[in-house]
Parts: sequence; structure tokens; C-alpha cells
Amino acid sequence: MNWFRSILLPVEGSAYAQQHDDLFMFIVWLSVFFFLLIAGLLGFFTWRYRRRGPDDITPNISHSFKLEVIWSVIPAIIVIVIFVWGFRGYVRATTSPGDALEIQVIGKKWLWEFEYPDGMRTLNEIHIPVGKPVRFIMSSEDVIHSFYVPSFRVKKDVVPNMYTELWLHPEEEGIHTLFCAEYCGRGHSDMLGSIYVDSEEKFSEWQEMGDERTRNMPLAELGAILYESRGCETCHSIDGSRRDGPSFGGIFGATHQFTDGTSAVVDENYLRQSILEPQAKILTSYEGIMPTFQGLLRDREIQALVEFIKSQQ
Amino acid sequence: MADVIAAPDGVNQHHPPGKNYLNAERGLKSWIFTLDHKRIGVMYLWSVLTAFLLGGLFAMLIRLELLTPQRTIMDADTYNQAFTLHGAIMTFLFIIPAIPASLGNFVLPLMLGAKDVAFPKLNLASYWVYVLGAIFAITAMVTGGVDTGWTFYTPYSTTTGGAVSTMTLAAFILGFSSIFTGVNFIATIHKMRAPGMTWFKMPLFVWGAYATAIIQVLATPILGITLLLLMMERLWEIGIFDPRLGGDPILFQHFFWFYSHPAVYIMILPGMAIMSEVIPVFSKKTIFGYRAIAYSSVAIAFISFLVWGHHMFVSGQSEAAAAIFSFLTFFVSIPSAVKVWNWLATMYRGSIELKAPMLYAIMFLLLFAIGGLTGLFLGALATDVHLHDTYFVVAHFHYVMMGSTTIAFIAGLHHWWPKMFGRTYSETLARVGAVLIFIGLNTTFLSQFVLGTRGMPRRYYNYLDQFQPLHAFSTFGSWILGLGLFIVLGYLLASLRKKYDAGDNPWGGRTLEWQTSSPPITHNFPGTPVVERGPYDYTTAQPQPVKIIPDR
Repeated sequence: MNWFRSILLPVEGSAYAQQHDDLFMFIVWLSVFFFLLIAGLLGFFTWRYRRRGPDDITPNISHSFKLEVIWSVIPAIIVIVIFVWGFRGYVRATTSPGDALEIQVIGKKWLWEFEYPDGMRTLNEIHIPVGKPVRFIMSSEDVIHSFYVPSFRVKKDVVPNMYTELWLHPEEEGIHTLFCAEYCGRGHSDMLGSIYVDSEEKFSEWQEMGDERTRNMPLAELGAILYESRGCETCHSIDGSRRDGPSFGGIFGATHQFTDGTSAVVDENYLRQSILEPQAKILTSYEGIMPTFQGLLRDREIQALVEFIKSQQ
Repeated sequence: MADVIAAPDGVNQHHPPGKNYLNAERGLKSWIFTLDHKRIGVMYLWSVLTAFLLGGLFAMLIRLELLTPQRTIMDADTYNQAFTLHGAIMTFLFIIPAIPASLGNFVLPLMLGAKDVAFPKLNLASYWVYVLGAIFAITAMVTGGVDTGWTFYTPYSTTTGGAVSTMTLAAFILGFSSIFTGVNFIATIHKMRAPGMTWFKMPLFVWGAYATAIIQVLATPILGITLLLLMMERLWEIGIFDPRLGGDPILFQHFFWFYSHPAVYIMILPGMAIMSEVIPVFSKKTIFGYRAIAYSSVAIAFISFLVWGHHMFVSGQSEAAAAIFSFLTFFVSIPSAVKVWNWLATMYRGSIELKAPMLYAIMFLLLFAIGGLTGLFLGALATDVHLHDTYFVVAHFHYVMMGSTTIAFIAGLHHWWPKMFGRTYSETLARVGAVLIFIGLNTTFLSQFVLGTRGMPRRYYNYLDQFQPLHAFSTFGSWILGLGLFIVLGYLLASLRKKYDAGDNPWGGRTLEWQTSSPPITHNFPGTPVVERGPYDYTTAQPQPVKIIPDR
């Protein structure tokens, strides 16, 4: 019945996910059994004891102590089994080993920010080595978010003013999607991230030189990827439509009026400043809500985004 | 025994055209100021049905938007408002008052052999407070909208724009309406039972309403104070929930679910209570395990106060708390399972007639089984961590709220419609409607279980392409479901144009409401009924008349 399991559940990214799925499938089969029992009895009684005429007399069966004890005790035993099983899984899922790679996570509307022990920071994208436990220490900068990776069957709310943690132990290389599972406003459903489980060599290569796919990419092309993966598109459209921030469509070379009364022509320096110090110049009719990307983008990535914005004419 | 007369006894005896509660007085004022529990019940009925229609409209818009990823018909902000309003309207304006305040108000005093509820003026106040709350809710809708979700989680709800305070105020006001009904029912059940009606001769609907009323009175004040604190936080930044001000956002979740989990049982207990009436009547057999059902209602009411933390397994509450809440949660499932076995045992060797109310009762049993069994996944800690805040949860509670409570409400509506309005409806159309609703419901929500187990989070405007087939399937289901519900509404409304044709006891029920005319007279009975038999006495083929002592 493995096909049924793989229809119901996403890939199993860890040994824990497999254990979780064993319990899950146990409850599935238990539920199927009891549902068929109830439906079968219902169908059978409805047909077998259908009304034959207005003078039907039915037996006056008020109760049966024996039966009632049986059908209270059996479900009680079953639910205790499920409780203990679920509890043991939970203990395993919440107790992280001491030797884990620690990654700091900040959730904010509407992106994920990661910081590695060596100070490297990334946005909406992390690479982790295969076969090594990883521990995430998480907090939020604004409202409650929730860190959810279905492939590993783990989830934990990311709460302002407090640290929560979650760990996983990836067993195979692969790419997994990270979702925000606690409603956080307009960009909630776009607050996604990618978790790359890399081999040991690929991981250290990435740590030194960045993503191999993008290393030799033309700047504007790289910019297009960053525009999506770094969350720019949540607030900036490219088709001229209005979101929380100004659209990139036709922005280069335009003249911008600012809330402090000054104005400027949009050029490379202005774009660079807006990425690194977004509060310096706020366009009239917009709110200054953009977070700074200082330290979150490599120099080449900033150049790439500027080139990408330039190309949106 | 000259002062004892027999009430009408025939199964289908037609009541002579005369005065009843509907035509005894005419004019708008006679409704606005009525103290008659039946009229208040009818006003509540039309109001909750209007709320259901409005909430349903939002549901259809949500499903239509989710037909495709990205934008289908609305932008993200509108979508967030739509699901918030769907949830808030369905919860506070429809499902909490639906059964107790409309059907309950109408039949509870009749079942007890009473002339009215204990506090008729409080009952009327409850209705108008409900209307006031509804006005505030609609004001919030048109003046800026609300995008917090019906759960109002902080700090999102304390920082977002829109008319959050107005909506919170609406829910605060609606709470009073709910408390008034609860207080009234408790007093009525304690003090106004007919002579001879001991606690264990009360119909089980009354037991269900009693357990519900206890939760309403004990839990609703917690919601009141929580929402008040939320409003103060928004208006004056008092710093109780917002971490920027030194507050604790998780405290809000504890407060909120301390009410809202018991509130789940405010919604489902009356539904179960209707089952305990409909199933014996249409099986023509005494209920199996009367005391077990009665006690299990009270047990559910009690345990419901101890399990709120199961909404917060991944919230950051301590692991020990999560374990305790998980353990206690499983013990709500036992009394619920006991009830299902009791209903099934009632049908065993019965004389089952598949009239519309029974059709819905069977539907209830199937859908409640799915809703209940999928609760096991969410009670168990490990599986809940994966499924929490996904479509699995959405599907689970729709099977319980829509598939069980609302279906029970429709069953009750069909069961007591002839009593309330004195008219019969088309059985053929009722079957068509029931089949469409059953297919529609399962199409809409079964697919959502799979969306959830595969990792689709809830409250998502946009989604990954891999989820689209199941979303589309669910949306098609919502159209079938909507069509079925409109058919039901259609033939029920059409029946109101007919002459009174229902007969006093069309189903051969044994509880007291079937011992008076359809529609009942203003004072319910020509005198005081004296109860000698149990509410489910099917030892004779025909209902036996009850003794009624005329009023002096």
C-alpha cells in the first residue's frame, strides 16, 4: 500500500518523517475500519429494519450495560495507544541533538532571513549539508509566523520577542519548500523559502562561492532570479501595477518625488541606496515599510538587481 | 376526572382552522415586541438563515478565487477579508445561535410542557442584542473590512488596519446574546418542567441544550474580556498582548481558545441533541442508552474546558503542556463515540422510515464519523505538528461544523418545520437536495484532507501549482453543495404559501411538542400537560394522548 501512502503524503525527507508517517497511516487504516463499520451498520440497519407498516412494534431495548462498557473501553484503549505513539514522536521531534549546525532565523513580513554560525546571511534560501542535524533558532520581527517544512513533517511558530526552535536531520540530497503556516497578512502565501540539502562538498563550495548555477550568469538574468527568491516581488510588481512599493516597470530614469519635498532621477546609485538604506528616501504616497538588505546581498547580487530593474522598461 | 381532557391524538389529524401563535396577533409591532418564545425562535431562524446565506456567499467567493493560483477574481487583501468575514459570520452569527436560539427557543419550552421560557423579556433582549451585534459586524464589513481571520490573533490584529475594533465589538455584543439564551434555558429546564417530568424523563434534546447552556454561560465571559482587552490594546496600547509594549501574544491564544474550544461544543452539542430526537422518532424505537447519552453531553461540556491547548501544539507553549492537552483531548472522543454507538443501537431492530429528517440524520452519522475520526490525527502530537494550520484542519472542522452541526440543523429544521409552520414540504425535492448536499460536501472537503496532508497551509491566497487539481475539485464541489442548499431553501419557502396541511403529529413523535396543534397555540398547550410516559415510549404503535389539566 505504499502508493496510497505516497498519494497522501509528500516525500519523506528524514527518518523522523518516516516514523511520523507510520503513525499517520496507522490512524488512516483505523479510521477507514471504523468508518466502514459505522457506514456498514447504518446501511444494513436501514435496509433490514425498514418500516413495514403503521402497526410496526419495536422491541423496548433501553440499554445494555455490557455493550456500553465494551464500546467505551475499546475506544479508550485505542486512543491511549495513539496518544503514547504521538507523544513519543513529538518528544523525538522536539529534542535536538547537541552537535547540530545552528542557523538563526528571523521571520518578517514576508520573508525569511537566515544567519549561519560564520556570520553569512541569506534570504528565503538555505543550503544545509546532508546527514547532519540542523537546529533553527527562530524569532519574528513583527507578527507571528510559522516555520513549516512538509517534507520533514516539522512546524513551529515564529513569535516576536521570544525564541522558538526546530530541528531536522536531512537524510538525502534534495530541494524542499519552506512555508509560512501562520497567517501574517497580504504576503502570507508568498512567504516561501527553499531548503537545499547538499552533499558535504557542494555545501562547502556554496559557503565559499555562492550558488553554482548563478556564478556565471548574466547580471540581469541573475537579478530576475533574485527578484523572486529574495521576496522583492511581494511588494514590487514589474508590470506597473501598484503593490506596497513602487513598481519596477519603467522606473529607471523616472523622476521621483520624496516625502521630505526633494526629488531625484532614478539611477544606479539611487537604486543601490534604496536597497541598502530604504528609509533614506521615501516616495510620496508610499509608506516606508521596506526592510534594509544591508549584509543580506552580495555586491554582485546588488548589481544584478540594479541591472534587472534597469531592464524593466 | 371532569377537568382532564385528552389532547388530539391522531397521527395525521388536521387541526381545525383557528388561532395559533402565527396568526393570533398581526402587524410588525406584534413581532418586534413579542415575548412568545416561538415567535422569537422564528425571528432567530430567519436571522441565522440570512447570516448563513451571507457567510455562504463569502465561502463561494473564496472557493472561486482558489480555483487557480494567483489572482482568479480578487486581490490578496480582498481574499483575506473574505475568509475573515466567512469565518466570523458563520461562527458568531450563524452556527453558535443556529440551533439553540432558533430551533431550541421554539421547541424547548414545548418539550418541557411549559408555556414559555423562564424569562421571556430576557429572551427578546437576547434577540435584539443579536441584531445589534449583527449591525456592528456589517458596519465593520463596509467600513474598512477586517483581515485578521476570525481568530483575531495578536499581534497581527493589534497592528493591522481596518475595522478590527468594530468587529471585535460585534463579537463582544453577540456574546451577551448567547449568555442570555443560556441563562434562560438553564432556568427554564430547572424550574418549568411539566408535572411528572423528572430529569430522566426529559427529551435528550433538552439535555443537550442544558449542557450547551452551561458552556455558554461559563465560557462566553472569557471571550468578552479577551475581546475587550484586544480593543483596549488597539485604542490605548495598554501592552497586554503586543510584544512591542511588553505584552505576550501567546497569552491571547490561551484566552481565545479557553472560550473558543468550549464554543466548538456550543456548536456540536445541540446538533447531537437533534440526532437524539430524530433517530428514535424515525426508527419508532426507544433511544438506546438514554442515561449514557445524557451524561455524555454533560461530560463533553465538562471536558471541553480542559483541552484548549490542543490548538497551540506548535505555538511555543511548553512541551509538557502540549502533552497534557493532547492526553485530555483524547478523552473528549470517548463520550462522542459512545453517542454514535447509541444512535446506531437505536436503529437496530427499529422500524426505519427514510423521511427527510432521517435522511439528514444518516448523513450526519456518516459525516460526523469522518469529522470525529480525522480529529484523532489532530489530537496526536506528532501528526498534529505536520497537519496544524493546513487544509487538513480546514477539512476536519468543516466536517464537524458544516457536515455535522449544519446538517443536524437542517435535519431539525425538516423535523420541526411542520410543527413550526403547520405545513409540509416536498419529500421528493428534499431527497434531491439531500443527495446534492451530500455529494457536494464530500467533494468540497474530502479533497481538502489530501491538500492538507500534502502540506498546503491554510489561509493561502496563492499556492504552488502542484495543489491546483485538488483545489479545483474542491471548488466544483462547492457549486454542487450550493445548489443543494438553494433547493432546500426553495421548497421550504414554497411550502409557506400552502394552507396548513401538516397535522399535529406527522411523524408519530412521543415528546410533548407533538401533543399540541401545528402550529401551536400562543400558550403552547390548552392547559398543563402531565407526564406519565417517557419521551421515547414506542411500546405502542400509535402515540398515546397525554393528560392535560386545563388552566383555571
